[in-house]
Amino acid sequence: MSGLLRIEGLRLEAEAAGRPALLDDFSLALDPGEFVALVGESGSGKTLAARTILGLLPPGVRRTAGQVLFEGRDVTNLAPGPLRALRGGAIGMVFQEPMASLNPAMTIGAQLDEGLRLHTALPAAARRAAAIEMLARVRITDPARRLASYPHEFSGGMRQRIMLASVMLLKPRLLIADEPTTALDTLAQREALDVMAELAAAANTAVILITHNLGLVARYARRAVVLEKGRTVEAGETAQVLAAPKDPYTRRLVASLPRRGPARGVPSAPALLTVRDLRVAYRRRDQPGLFPALDGVSLTVAAGELVAVVGGSGSGKTTLGRAVLGLVKEAGGEVRFEGLDPLALTGADRRAFRRATQLVFQDPYASLDPRMRVGEIVAEPLRNCPELSAAEKARRVEAVLADVGLEALGGRFPHQMSGGQRQRVAIARAVVTRPRFVVADEPVSALDATIQAQVLTLFQTLQAQYGFACLFITHDLGVVAQIADRVIVMRDGRIVEEGARDAVLDHPQDPYTRELLAATPSLAVPSQRTEP
Amino acid sequence: MSARPGVVGYVAKRVAGALPTLLIVAVLVFGLIRMIPGDPAQVMLGDAGDPQAVAALRTEMGLDRPLPLQFAAWLGHALRGDLGVSIATGEPVLPLILQRFQVTASIVVSAIALATLIAVVGGLLAAWRHRRGLDQAVVGVATLAMAVPSFWLGLMLLLVFGVKLQWLPVVGYVPLTEHLGAGLAYLVLPVATLVIVESGVLIRMMRTSALDVLRLEYVTHARAKGLSEARVLLRHVLPNAFAPTLTLVGLALGHLLGGAAVIETVFTLPGLGRLVVDSILARDYPVVQGCLLFAALAYVLVNLAVDLCYPLLDPRVTVEG
Repeated sequence: MSGLLRIEGLRLEAEAAGRPALLDDFSLALDPGEFVALVGESGSGKTLAARTILGLLPPGVRRTAGQVLFEGRDVTNLAPGPLRALRGGAIGMVFQEPMASLNPAMTIGAQLDEGLRLHTALPAAARRAAAIEMLARVRITDPARRLASYPHEFSGGMRQRIMLASVMLLKPRLLIADEPTTALDTLAQREALDVMAELAAAANTAVILITHNLGLVARYARRAVVLEKGRTVEAGETAQVLAAPKDPYTRRLVASLPRRGPARGVPSAPALLTVRDLRVAYRRRDQPGLFPALDGVSLTVAAGELVAVVGGSGSGKTTLGRAVLGLVKEAGGEVRFEGLDPLALTGADRRAFRRATQLVFQDPYASLDPRMRVGEIVAEPLRNCPELSAAEKARRVEAVLADVGLEALGGRFPHQMSGGQRQRVAIARAVVTRPRFVVADEPVSALDATIQAQVLTLFQTLQAQYGFACLFITHDLGVVAQIADRVIVMRDGRIVEEGARDAVLDHPQDPYTRELLAATPSLAVPSQRTEP
Repeated sequence: MSARPGVVGYVAKRVAGALPTLLIVAVLVFGLIRMIPGDPAQVMLGDAGDPQAVAALRTEMGLDRPLPLQFAAWLGHALRGDLGVSIATGEPVLPLILQRFQVTASIVVSAIALATLIAVVGGLLAAWRHRRGLDQAVVGVATLAMAVPSFWLGLMLLLVFGVKLQWLPVVGYVPLTEHLGAGLAYLVLPVATLVIVESGVLIRMMRTSALDVLRLEYVTHARAKGLSEARVLLRHVLPNAFAPTLTLVGLALGHLLGGAAVIETVFTLPGLGRLVVDSILARDYPVVQGCLLFAALAYVLVNLAVDLCYPLLDPRVTVEG
């Protein structure tokens, strides 16, 4: 058997005239059971290339050249009937967004059944048995009972595995995985991809993994194709591409992985923030009583210190960030910022506290008011600084915008900027009041690899320049290695490990920390993977 | 669904929650009528009535007692289903309202049901063919339907189908229970008018929310599974896109069940809306009060029914919430 998929000279263009091609002269050949990674950043055309195979191009995008042969048959001009037989049956696809990848109004049993009913002649009982078996294989506990559950009753990682189950149930010859784990935390990502690789190997399914995460490429893919702005810039064996990249863009991509620098001398400054036995509880719809988001957390942050808080989804790290800023009411314990309780402050004290502390959010698309210009956004926190004159405020905004590399862009609206630029705006807005303490909640998780590296470096530079202390929340130990002085590892609302960066990363004591470290992607290509 | 046992309790809670609303409506209805200038006893007896006769009638109707007492007596009777008797005709109010309500309800319910059906089909198809000919046609027609005043549309339909073509009767009404065929003939034009007027906004809402859902990954996922477009639209898009349209359906239904005065007037139908208008003009207080109270009750009940439908569409909405 030779060749499962052959894409030749594929060219995709936007219907609007005068735009450069979205994908140009793209070629890819895939054998049965092969695992290939399609690597690139937002707008590189990697998703479009994959969607062409299933005839699922979004409206407004046209194929203007090239062909896609699946098992020797051109699939780009198929009639709706044969195309639908191909979709799901022979080629499966999984998507990125765990919150939107399953229909919220259908039980997962019905969604698993749907494809089987369409593509097989199995009776209902056999379909149910197959669905239960597949759920068990993607490590959903008590699968028979969970068939009647709705998607919202599962975590993000479980939903991605359920979607994978619904696709692999049909034993497709080709699986297209479009950033299937980008929105998951490190452990959930590792679990989902391990399951995917396992199922694909068992069914001899070829996989196209679309990703911007080189660590995942190294771990799972035999071959890698690197795309930049619609052009294929490099292709070859994974080990070779990652170890000795030839193209400048690939080199940049490889260099953008966070690396550990020398440890800064731990500043022996007085404690700025003291948290003792902090407890926060939420009421959750799906269970009676209160859910403990934080369960007895104690920590201190010294002036000028950068403390990373690491943990998976639901570990309580975001709640901790909100609670120390007095944005969440605590159920017990105490928070003291420079000796004062943020929640008890009123009037001028409260305004002084808000000036001294700032927050940077994860999603640069939702954290900036779309109706305000960048200059206004950055100037707004200064309304709380009555001692500054208007001219001083204007100068301060200008200087901060220059600091983050957005000198001339104060007149733009957020929607006129890229994700990386927006996150720079968010950082400028946080440092403009010269805060003594900043909570940064996953500030680079939503960004592409090279942009992430730039923003991270910028954040480090500003932190050194302005000397603010920082609680840096992240699930990425690579990021921790690059920027943290100290590390706090959280799980289920508790701190499981705490210490200086190098001590925690090199000599982890808690099993959970070790698990996290093991799941963190690196560029090392596993040696046990041999040629098929 | 684990929420099933809570349904009865939820309904009870919602009904209990509606009681203060209804009480406030009762106070407003009672108060407003009393504040309008003009004395019903005076009106009933006309200019000829001498002061003594007017005073006697006032005593008989309870109009000389303090307002709170009048209100308490009125509310007590209302709770027992006794809304008084019409000053104009002497008929008991509640049976009168119920009789007129049948006319209004038969028009309104069938019109809104049809309009919803049209909206679902039109809105889904328009979203499915976004920015193409069909979409533009649907949006154009829907916008036109929203812009046309109902009385004008009603008159035009009467003119064309009643006067010119003479396919349908122009004036009058025959109850369905009396003669089904003739009864239906009288309902066609008013229902058609209401369908057109009400479907415009429903189509627009259905189209917008369907567009939002069509962008989501589970729709692409459904297509990537090989499902037919019909199944993608009906099984994956419709249930997730229908809730906002349902809200509008509830509002329209609640609003119109209290009386579709314009339509009823144009087509000379003996519905609740005309009863309200006529009794306001006649200062027939008991009838006006009864109608307003009834309309408020209908509104609250319809919206309660709509709220109970949401969990059927979206399992994330629980009836306890």
